[in-house]
Amino acid sequence: MTVTSNRSAPTDAPLGNPAQKRAGNLLKTRELGIVLALAILVAYTAIDNPRFLSGQSIRDNLLNTAILAVMATGQAVVVITRNIDLSVGSVLGLSAFTVATMMSNNQDLPMIVAILAGLAVGAVAGLLNGVLVRYGKVPALVVTLGTLYIYRGITYSWAGGSQVNADELPRHFLTFANDNLLGIPWLVLIALIVVGAGSLMMRNYRVGRELYAMGSSPAAAELAGIKVARNLLGAFVLSGALAGLAGVLYAARFGTVDAAAGNGYELNVVAAVVVGGVAVFGGSGTVWGAALGALLLTVIGSALAVLDINQFWQQAIVGALIILAICADRLVAVRIGRSLRKRDAHV
Amino acid sequence: MAEANARPENRPAQNSQIKNDPTTDHSPGPATNETTQDKAAPPTREKAAQDSAAPDKQAAQEQQDNVAQEKAAPPAPDETTKPASTRPTQATTGTAKRDNKNHEPARLEVRNVSKSFGAVAAVQGVSFPLHPGEAHALVGENGAGKSTIVKMLAGVHRPDTGTLRVDGSDVDFSGPADAKAAGIAVIYQEPTLFPDLSVAENIAMGNQPLTRLRQIDRKQMHANAERLFRRLGVPLDPTRPARGLSIADQQLVEIAKALSAEARVLIMDEPTAALSAVEVERLFAVVRSLRDEGAAIMFISHRFEEITALCQRVTIMRDGRHVATEMVADLSVDDMIRRMVGRDLSALFPKQEVEPGEVVLEVEGLSREGVFRDISFSVRAGEIVALAGLVGAGRSEVMQAVFGVDPYDSGTVKVHGRRLKRNEPRAAMAAGMALVPEDRRQQGLVMDLSIERNVTLPRARKLARLGLLFGGTEREAAETWTRRLQTKLGRLSDAVGTLSGGNQQKVVLAKWLATGPKLLIVDEPTRGIDVGTKAEVHRLMSSLAADGLAVVMVSSELPEVLGMADRIIVLREGRVTAELTRGEATEESVMYAAMGQEVAV
Repeated sequence: MTVTSNRSAPTDAPLGNPAQKRAGNLLKTRELGIVLALAILVAYTAIDNPRFLSGQSIRDNLLNTAILAVMATGQAVVVITRNIDLSVGSVLGLSAFTVATMMSNNQDLPMIVAILAGLAVGAVAGLLNGVLVRYGKVPALVVTLGTLYIYRGITYSWAGGSQVNADELPRHFLTFANDNLLGIPWLVLIALIVVGAGSLMMRNYRVGRELYAMGSSPAAAELAGIKVARNLLGAFVLSGALAGLAGVLYAARFGTVDAAAGNGYELNVVAAVVVGGVAVFGGSGTVWGAALGALLLTVIGSALAVLDINQFWQQAIVGALIILAICADRLVAVRIGRSLRKRDAHV
Repeated sequence: MAEANARPENRPAQNSQIKNDPTTDHSPGPATNETTQDKAAPPTREKAAQDSAAPDKQAAQEQQDNVAQEKAAPPAPDETTKPASTRPTQATTGTAKRDNKNHEPARLEVRNVSKSFGAVAAVQGVSFPLHPGEAHALVGENGAGKSTIVKMLAGVHRPDTGTLRVDGSDVDFSGPADAKAAGIAVIYQEPTLFPDLSVAENIAMGNQPLTRLRQIDRKQMHANAERLFRRLGVPLDPTRPARGLSIADQQLVEIAKALSAEARVLIMDEPTAALSAVEVERLFAVVRSLRDEGAAIMFISHRFEEITALCQRVTIMRDGRHVATEMVADLSVDDMIRRMVGRDLSALFPKQEVEPGEVVLEVEGLSREGVFRDISFSVRAGEIVALAGLVGAGRSEVMQAVFGVDPYDSGTVKVHGRRLKRNEPRAAMAAGMALVPEDRRQQGLVMDLSIERNVTLPRARKLARLGLLFGGTEREAAETWTRRLQTKLGRLSDAVGTLSGGNQQKVVLAKWLATGPKLLIVDEPTRGIDVGTKAEVHRLMSSLAADGLAVVMVSSELPEVLGMADRIIVLREGRVTAELTRGEATEESVMYAAMGQEVAV
């Protein structure tokens, strides 16, 4: 009967109590946790081998992260809508091979054309994914698993065992990866822009919040009048386009492109997103969290090399991290749920 | 129809306005201006309804006064005239009487609408108006087509034939966004919130205040939500996620959503099914104030006392067809029920007298820390024992412990004199117990499985031959029971989720009755079920008891408890406060015991 008195009293009392504050903080710790893990890892490795903190080492880590982070941004957006895009590795390969072939045949094309071409190839591939998911009413896992093989198959049949070598590519294309703007490599700069824009879109714009809403409750999103079809296609096109962009960056960074480029990348990308705190069932997580996840995975890889630990351990560690991330999410969700319920335990 | 043809130039304009761009701005401005023009020609059906209503105006007034007094709500006698006066744009202001109000074009009108799903005609030729400042009840048995109407008004389904008109112009909703843009807000039976988003975001979704850079203005958004909550009188924090809110709070957030969209038509599909009396009263206060501000309300409920307390007009549907639209004051509850079911329900609670047999269930000193304490009772064969009490008194928890779903700390549960192991539903089932849970969606049924599979689930093992299930035996068993319970269904192979609520409940019952239990525990057997089905469920329980089944019923509905039970055990805060026989029990004595007062009889 306390209900009556609580409820009918005018609510002049300041809203928000400790239980809620704690719940809010717990949510924020998700990204903080990754930063912390990263700091510990870097500190431990640097003590063992100070060269780990040298300019070149940091630069390598950031360059290696850049491509993964660009793809993780698109993947995060798709996963937030309660879908998944497994075709990104193949899209990267297709885009990389397309752009490399194009550049080797037209040595004078400026870099921006290469980037646009990569984006376009990826966007078309992503659109096909989105259309199949939305209008074919097939789960994204199945659709993108299918297109993973289709896009890879197209690249293979086109390349037919040939590869584009670094010496066939124009110089300005190859140096792009290492050129700096204000001391920051272009590759890293592009990744920062992509991650920043993605975070801003998801956090502060209506369309971003609608994507969260769609992932949080697909049925309610339809009833709320959200343009679910448009948004969903948009998410897949974005993920595809960013994978296409990643393909251009890949070609520019490594110079040698064959049909197997980006093979298996999709799992790294999904791992980065999950470790970065994006819930696999949609609705929560952030783009910059996913980017941090990409950074963490990359740093783990290079730290293991520096610490002279068998590279095979890397995969096991990544796997353990994924499970840890999901367990942590569950635990936090249950805790928050309980503390919120306790507060409302009047019914 | 004639008037629609007379002014065809009006409609396309209205249509395009509504369809224009729902995401940016749906101020209803232009639409309301048009209402004055349309006043001249009210549809004929409506005229008839209002003619029949006129002579009884006095009675209506009295009835409403009574209601107002009962509910002790301040806006009493002038309630009927008020809505018109709150619309100053109307020429009728000042001298407004209820008759005049009816000359206004309906804010929303359903005109001769039909909708079929495959071969099933869900709605056939239904028409009714929703007037501004009026609450309109839509009643009918489960499966009568109410939810289909709601979904058409919400823009989820498109009518096959017939039209919807908003402020006198035809509209064609291509999706929920269009309906929203036309000022229609829908509150569904099950709340449709986004659990991961903050409450404020839930309210503002699609309509968020923006800064100059078209970013979401969070500060403004939270301030808006806080203002709405203050108006509703709920202490909710706008920044908390919607996950973990109680059903009642979720409904309030839905109301806040409707308020923030400045909805001019509010449609509520059984919003009170999961609410306690206090929460219902709070909800009604809000709805009344919305109504008095000129919103048109459509209200669906199976509780007639709510309809008479809130609504002025009622539309009755039966089997997808329109039966009548009348003033609530002109109809008695019996009239409504008769028209809903198309037959007399003389015996609402047909409890047969049965000589109780041997003791089937014996519960002694059952306790669980913090939940219930020292619960003892017994149930004989042929007896219906009701567990009554307020929501949260621990009734369901006791029965779940008895059935072995939940653990208990001390005490014993005996069936036919044999002690049951605690916390083992399997043992309870083997001993002949069956539990029909309160939440049939989550605990009672597997929604995606077929009806027959659901019915035979608990004894799939018994039906299996060599460990394999064959369709034939399954179907046979399912058919026997669904027929005996008069379940309305298409095919036994359809998914249970496609059935209406009442029929789902019958499938749950069929599922457990098919196991041939000695003791049946039913938790809120008729929650969210229409009157006709309710009576069937009651009759069924009564006949089962007459056949020697022992029944334990947990129920929050006093009439049901008093009508059905041979004995009533009243719980309060986890303790037995009274055990009353059928003769001793009255509404007062049960309520007193449930509230912890002395029984004053």
